Amino acid sequence: MRDAFIRVLMEIARQDKRIMLLTADLGFGVLNPFIEAFTEQYLNVGVAEQNMTGVATGLALEGKIVFTYSIGNFPTLRCLEQIRNDVCYHDANVKIVCIGGGFCYGPLGISHHATEDLAIMRALPGMRVMAPGDLAETRLITRIAYETSGPCYLRLGRGGEAQIHQDALNLSLGQGISLFPEGEVALLSTGGILGNAVGARERLEAWGVKASLHSIPFLKPLDRSLIEMLSQTVRLMATIEEHSIIGGLGGAVAEALAEMPGPKPPLLRIGLREGFSCEVGDQEYLRKIYGLSTDSIAQRVYKAISKKNPEAKIYGVSN
Amino acid sequence: MDTRKLALKIRRHAILMTNQGKSSHVASILSMADIVAVLYGHILRKRPDEPRWPERDRFILSKGHAGAGVYAALAETGYFPVDWLPRHCAQGSKLCGHVSHIGIPGVELSTGSLGHGLSVGAGMAYAGKLDNKNYRVFVLMSDGECDEGSNWEAILFAAHHRLANLVAVVDYNKIQSLGPVEEILGLEPFAAKWQSFGWQVKEIDGHDHDQLMASLDIRSEPGSPPTCVIAHTIKGKGVSFMEKSVLWHYRSPQGEEFQAALAELEDVIFA
Repeated sequence: MRDAFIRVLMEIARQDKRIMLLTADLGFGVLNPFIEAFTEQYLNVGVAEQNMTGVATGLALEGKIVFTYSIGNFPTLRCLEQIRNDVCYHDANVKIVCIGGGFCYGPLGISHHATEDLAIMRALPGMRVMAPGDLAETRLITRIAYETSGPCYLRLGRGGEAQIHQDALNLSLGQGISLFPEGEVALLSTGGILGNAVGARERLEAWGVKASLHSIPFLKPLDRSLIEMLSQTVRLMATIEEHSIIGGLGGAVAEALAEMPGPKPPLLRIGLREGFSCEVGDQEYLRKIYGLSTDSIAQRVYKAISKKNPEAKIYGVSN
Repeated sequence: MDTRKLALKIRRHAILMTNQGKSSHVASILSMADIVAVLYGHILRKRPDEPRWPERDRFILSKGHAGAGVYAALAETGYFPVDWLPRHCAQGSKLCGHVSHIGIPGVELSTGSLGHGLSVGAGMAYAGKLDNKNYRVFVLMSDGECDEGSNWEAILFAAHHRLANLVAVVDYNKIQSLGPVEEILGLEPFAAKWQSFGWQVKEIDGHDHDQLMASLDIRSEPGSPPTCVIAHTIKGKGVSFMEKSVLWHYRSPQGEEFQAALAELEDVIFA
């Protein structure tokens, strides 16, 4: 995702000299093509995220369109107040880019696990929160962030993510993408876990459960009309995210559902429960431990729905 | 514009506004009144009827708690009517305790949490340098604020990039929130710290308008280091019983104290 992001940002920077890319001394190798092509539009501020965000605000108030770049929690939590008071309160045209949402930097430990960022960024006034699910979404969302004036947060994967959407995509700010529109269960996924959600949907189908699947790359603004439409037709909604179940996609969908009139389906929030990941392992290993592997997602959805569907036990899934 | 008269008006407004608003930080406003008066009365290139004039010098009050002093300077120099000032901190007013840009012409940056202004100012200065603009960026900081580590990130950054168009002014009144700076978290040798980070430093009497004029009228050659003006000031300057007092960081002038403070400032006018 980070390479896809940089490639699109270079296309934009070539056309628009207002673009500036600021890094807090991270992006070894990844940023090189940008640095070589756009010397004046690049700035390494050093290991100083608070100053990076303040400087970004100053640049933006002078007419620049600024992307701040770092990994994990560094571009967000380390400089949260600068994002709130400087960027958001001034509606500054700053785009905060996090490389390594969730467990991308798995073995490096909890300092590098960005697992509450969506909730925290979502709570900030004026902030748009974006977490693309694959390379195609990344390319579109980089451009949408550029075209959307004001604060944006982009949560990207570290690398190695697949291209899941094979057809040409149309996407606008706040829109969800329905990959498989029909089903008695609706799976909603945000960010790089989308590949596992696709696998889980296939598994459910093999077990006789027809599930629709929707990528939700915008947590804010949220596609409430999609959620409302689904809520009227499905028996269960499940949110899938490599993030705390508090305040991320699960939280956002729960809030939206709670405010909708009329009957609605139960909501299963699949994500991280309270606590830090103290296990050591790569992204897929940690996903498995915390119930975010393809198998775990499918089993949890199956279990939730089979409570109302006892004959499903014949498929041999343990409850 | 007579900057001494402007400073006096700012002080009088500070007493009136913190009285009306029942708000704190009057001593912080009094300590910087001369600095703000010289900047708005003489130094800053500005067009009050065109607050966003691209060529204007930028001014950021990083010690946002003294916002009433900037509101007073803006009103007195024509950015908005002086009769807005008595509504400081009133219900439904635009003028909140910590300086805010929303709905107030001339405020460049909203602050209130310490340690934000210098980084944003450095960003503005970097943009000006990049785009060959002539504007200068002035950031007024408090001494207590220099405890914030974010400032030292910005101090490193501005020197590294030789932001000649950036001027940091420290209102060094020697008293921070709960007591004397030297007892809470000492800054000395303060000038040497800035110098060792690569800034050019001037130390002045922050109440002497001639020294303020001379030190703030900076237009450094491109490629020069940024400038720090350490303005030695007296917290509460101008009202005898507020001077050098931690109490008046918080206390709002009411009743007899309010009248006594105004009377002292009246005397100055007719001196």
